[in-house]
Amino acid sequence: MIGIEHYLVVSSILFVMGVLGIFLNRKNVIIILMAIELILLSVNINLVAFSAFLGDLVGQVFAMFVLTVAAGEAAIGLAILVIYFRGRGTIAVDDVNRMKG
Amino acid sequence: MIQVISFYIFAAILLASAAMVIFARNPVHSVLWLIVAFFNAAGLMVLVGAEFIAMLLVIVYVGAVAVLFLFVVMMLDIDFAELRAGFMRNLPLGLLLAIVLVVELILGIGAFRAGAVELGGAIAAATPADKPNIEAMGSLLYTKYVFLFETAGLILLVAMVGAIVLTHRQRKGIFVQDISSQNQRRPQDSVRNVNQPVGQGVEL
Repeated sequence: MIGIEHYLVVSSILFVMGVLGIFLNRKNVIIILMAIELILLSVNINLVAFSAFLGDLVGQVFAMFVLTVAAGEAAIGLAILVIYFRGRGTIAVDDVNRMKG
Repeated sequence: MIQVISFYIFAAILLASAAMVIFARNPVHSVLWLIVAFFNAAGLMVLVGAEFIAMLLVIVYVGAVAVLFLFVVMMLDIDFAELRAGFMRNLPLGLLLAIVLVVELILGIGAFRAGAVELGGAIAAATPADKPNIEAMGSLLYTKYVFLFETAGLILLVAMVGAIVLTHRQRKGIFVQDISSQNQRRPQDSVRNVNQPVGQGVEL
């Protein structure tokens, strides 16, 4: 039978895959944003699994707030990406040091 | 039995498509694999009875966030081959890090399984047996967590305003309609009568 640890293993593998995606595609900020979405998805799976197996509905409420913040973060991140591309003509972020002044 | 089979199908496709998201050469393919991953995660959540979060995942992520990603990837003219330059160089260290992390996490899960920690002492809002998931979530969100819910709305508003402010720009050299100045224009300001002498050009 499927227990909570099955869900925990799936979500931890997904989390590590997101970290690996950030690590491997250090230049491409679009892939980095997608990897962050994967990490947040794994957190959501974790919250929902605990909520379901403990019989507590609050975990799903928290998952909804995580979803909200993830949507806002994606919108702001892509907006920053668009203005960054407009200014530099590339999205390579491994040497971002414009803020040095 | 059907729960076990569908769990393994959803989990396998979820992890495979997550791997494709980070390993795909073309970011458009990455976004499409991300959509597959979200659908399968929604399937996993339906399997444990969290229908509301699953539907929210499909609507918000697939319907809005993934389409936003797709728009941005297709709108920007980027040389993606050049961006993958350090990929193979980072691969060994990245894989090592990933293996260490996943072993640590599974070790933690094993310790949790062995009864090392006591979880869930007091249940804050028990799942009602007689209500569907969406109804129970609604009655929780609009009563006990109403301020958090409104804060979530505020966060979305701030994100929307921030995205518009960041990407909006005043362009030079394009003609836009300015209704108030058009309405304020009077004939005596813009029309001129001249008594034109013979044999001379018109001065504009």
